[in-house]
Amino acid sequence: MSQPEVSHPDARNAELRSRIADEYRWGFVTDIEQEVVPEGLSEAVIRLISKKKNEPDFMLEWRLQAYRHWLTLTAPTWSSVHYPAIDYQAIHYYAAPKSGAQPKDLSEVDPELLRTYEKLGIPLQEREALAGVAVDAVFDSVSVATTFKDKLESLGIIFCSFSEALREHPDLVRQYLGSVVPYTDNYFATLNSAVFTDGSFVYVPKGMRCPMELSTYFRINARNSGQFERTLIIADEGATVSYLEGCTAPMRDENQLHAAVVELVALKDARIKYSTVQNWYPGDAEGRGGIYNFVTKRGDCRGDRAHISWTQVETGSAITWKYPSCILRGDDSAGEFYSVALTNHRQQADTGTKMIHIGRNTRSTIVSKGISAGFGSNAYRGLVKVLPSAANARNYTQCDSLLMSDHCAAHTFPYIEVKNPSATVEHEATTSKIGDDQLFYLRSRGLSEEDAVNLIVNGFCREVFKELPMEFAVEAQKLLAVSLEGAIG
Amino acid sequence: MLEIRNLHVSIGDRPILAGIDLDVKSGEVHAIMGPNGSGKSTLAQVLAGREGYAVTAGSVRYLEQDLLALAPEQRACAGIFLAFQYPLEIPGVANVQLLRSALNSVRRQRGESELDAMDFLDTVKSKLALLDMDESFLYRAVNEGFSGGEKKRNEILQMAVLEPRLAILDETDSGLDIDALKTVASGVNALKDPERAVILVTHYQRLLNYIVPDRVHVLANGRIVRSGDASLALELEDKGYGWLTPDTHEEARP
Repeated sequence: MSQPEVSHPDARNAELRSRIADEYRWGFVTDIEQEVVPEGLSEAVIRLISKKKNEPDFMLEWRLQAYRHWLTLTAPTWSSVHYPAIDYQAIHYYAAPKSGAQPKDLSEVDPELLRTYEKLGIPLQEREALAGVAVDAVFDSVSVATTFKDKLESLGIIFCSFSEALREHPDLVRQYLGSVVPYTDNYFATLNSAVFTDGSFVYVPKGMRCPMELSTYFRINARNSGQFERTLIIADEGATVSYLEGCTAPMRDENQLHAAVVELVALKDARIKYSTVQNWYPGDAEGRGGIYNFVTKRGDCRGDRAHISWTQVETGSAITWKYPSCILRGDDSAGEFYSVALTNHRQQADTGTKMIHIGRNTRSTIVSKGISAGFGSNAYRGLVKVLPSAANARNYTQCDSLLMSDHCAAHTFPYIEVKNPSATVEHEATTSKIGDDQLFYLRSRGLSEEDAVNLIVNGFCREVFKELPMEFAVEAQKLLAVSLEGAIG
Repeated sequence: MLEIRNLHVSIGDRPILAGIDLDVKSGEVHAIMGPNGSGKSTLAQVLAGREGYAVTAGSVRYLEQDLLALAPEQRACAGIFLAFQYPLEIPGVANVQLLRSALNSVRRQRGESELDAMDFLDTVKSKLALLDMDESFLYRAVNEGFSGGEKKRNEILQMAVLEPRLAILDETDSGLDIDALKTVASGVNALKDPERAVILVTHYQRLLNYIVPDRVHVLANGRIVRSGDASLALELEDKGYGWLTPDTHEEARP
């Protein structure tokens, strides 16, 4: 008697677990001398951070106002994510590689740091950056290097660390900082406003089409530290810029907080495309460790015909909690949100967008793809708000969920508020489970189970991946494949 | 090429196949006919490696291997192809993408090099022409929004590209108009070769007007109750299945 070989589920799981154990390939720790401000949060700590960074007075004042406001707030509880209370006094709010003064160019950057970024596949040496992508690398609390700076400067484009922008272009920072996400905005944005340490700053002047992708790479290395970066991108009238951020962190047993703020300002006829490939350490299979990714991202289409597009691929973090949003203020302005969020093991994601239609003939498009595997929980939460002034506003929303196990969860929470009768709002939602039939079909064509899963998942995400710059789309596909290793069952 | 011996298969507690014996040699075309519920599709699925069926007795040898020990993808790489009765939709995945992944997977297994994009396209286009299919087929998502006939033709396209040693067609003819039927038949006839074999699972005789089988088997109640040459199919067309299956309540087809 002969029977089809069916491996025992436990044996199979054990094998899969061992493979998953080394699947987070970016989990190494860089052994580097760190300068760390003692843990805990107080006005004294904020003054110390501001002083270390040689900031102008207005910045310190702003931070302190934010901090005092934060003390009056309590952490929000409305989302679908669950986590133990965070002890904000146990976090180091500033950690920096100890290499003295700010490096002037790459030759002054600690070689150990350069090796770190090489391991991550981020070449900082300009001649290696063949793809023509300018990179700003943020290591824990400080920006360590920005490439292609001179070339961009010759075009009038400013692309530098936030700290440098505060020193070199304080008026621009002062004009726009907090103008999209005020320091009173929400618990985590307010905390960020008080303690943010670095991030990227971009200014593209009138009529300039930025000739290369701008990219920031964030890395959390230090133990028990939080990363609070702040990114501010301004596209002046008629300017165009495409910006990408990527992120990784070492594998650690404890949770680490990442509370970033990103503000985008698009003036008349300007276009900003912001892409994120988020791969913070997601924690292990039992849910130990991982990054809490509590981020506020918002773009303001401040002028007529302005265009802001968010594309995100979220595969990492223990908890992802973010809603990249667009304020469609200018007439005929447009906002887009394309998202793939994957939760495996014990990961949780509550993510979506807000599209606030204020101007006439404003348009927004939302395409959200949630993938849940293992015990993962994935929620889409999105607001489409059409104000009385937004005549002929249009929104199209599509939310699709793909379930890959019997223990995972997918939720959709659409909020729609329409106060203008000429508006058109469409919402479509689907939920599907990756089917044994589909898998058998593909396997009977010669594809391994893993290839079959990847093909189905890539097909599911196609509408989002095609929005990503080519090389990052390839990266995103690989990341998804790695994150889903052994996810079926 | 294929030797099925005393094959017993159940789904849950329910026996479906109750002792199948079948030999298929290289170069042969076999038709497996029979009334609904006789186990035809189960046999096709078990040969392709579908999970959920319990083989309770018997054996299947294919090219000197224990076929039942192989995973579905291993069987595909060993040259078995099942054209599905109900092809699945894979949203967002272009046909061309699946064809290329499948072909390269099979080629790797055979120890051949993967085809680059240009060579692959040449190969596929020649197959499209053979099946009188439009190139736009390649760029549509796999079976998504396809009509019944298009789905079946797409199965034949996959078969033509993968060039299997043993092709199993599970009711590929059902629901096809006469033009589509001819297309399917020409796809199968083009594959005929002394080194290959075909198993046609079908309810009706009409496909066999275009693909002439070497052997015809009638399946009823999980057993082969009659085998013969192509004339058996014509006899069935005439008399229905009732005269071969006295112990069932199946209505004989007029």
